[in-house]
Amino acid sequence: MTGSLSAIGYGLAAIGGGIGVGLIFAAYMQSVARQPESQRVLQPMLFFGFAVVEALAILGFVLAFIA
Amino acid sequence: MNAALRLPATGGFTAPTVDEMHLPPFFELGTFEFGKQMLLILLSVVLIAGFFMWAIRRHALVPSKAQYLGEAGYGFVRNHLGRDIIGEKEFRPYIPLLFTFFFFILVNNLFGSIPVLQLPTLSHAGSAYVLAGIAYVTWVFMGIKRHGLGGFMGKMTMPPDVPKLLYIFLIPIEFLSNLIIRPVTHALRVFATMFAGHLALMVAASMTGYLISQASLISVVSVGSAVLGIFIYFLEILIQVLQAYIFTLLFAVYVQGALQEGH
Repeated sequence: MTGSLSAIGYGLAAIGGGIGVGLIFAAYMQSVARQPESQRVLQPMLFFGFAVVEALAILGFVLAFIA
Repeated sequence: MNAALRLPATGGFTAPTVDEMHLPPFFELGTFEFGKQMLLILLSVVLIAGFFMWAIRRHALVPSKAQYLGEAGYGFVRNHLGRDIIGEKEFRPYIPLLFTFFFFILVNNLFGSIPVLQLPTLSHAGSAYVLAGIAYVTWVFMGIKRHGLGGFMGKMTMPPDVPKLLYIFLIPIEFLSNLIIRPVTHALRVFATMFAGHLALMVAASMTGYLISQASLISVVSVGSAVLGIFIYFLEILIQVLQAYIFTLLFAVYVQGALQEGH
């Protein structure tokens, strides 16, 4: 079997980002379900938090191609 | 195994590689290579400027369809990304930059889903670095102008309400994450998603092409990969719009963070 180990490395790196993004969206949905009028306030926060958590997965993606 | 379903032993499928995303340049001027990406950037500038100038060619109290569309796009960036995040008092000087970022990235990303053009400009890291660099210089400059160099650095590296001793660890960590990793991920986020999406589309398309070319029953399987490719295509459109929004949103959040008083 041949292939690149960095692909496995990126797969592992994506786990953390996946869990984090999942938690953020779950919390967002719960808040909006409980208080629908909070959607406008929460939506920018949602995307900001999502973008910050995603940063680690992005670094992993780039390192997978560099390595 | 049925002989008709067996893949040929030689000349198997080779997936497209990263190198195939670097198309040969159209022409060269010395060491400067003019490629498809640059042509697309110029085209996007013409398209955006052309559309908005056409949309406002006649100002009317009762807007025409084109004017309404242009105003809706402008209003979205101004109100949701500018006013709601940077704040009522401060957002006006940043509208041109927010507007340019949003529509420039949006159009350049959508080039990835338009047949014939079919290449997101930002799938080369260079243009993403430049965009994030402009954003970084802007918010750092405005922050220093507002708070002075010392005040700005303190804001960026010293979170409030922390025991003094912890600053030994916190200052380097915060410095790294706020002033170094932040602009890098700002650029890489839009680059990586465009790059990965384009590569996924290339893999699905070349897989379909390879399976169709098989002169046996196995070519029926190509339907599966074609459906996968179409699914990725529509997912890409969603991601392209979302990334333009996120890039502009993050810029607005960074500006707001640099300008706000106190901690």
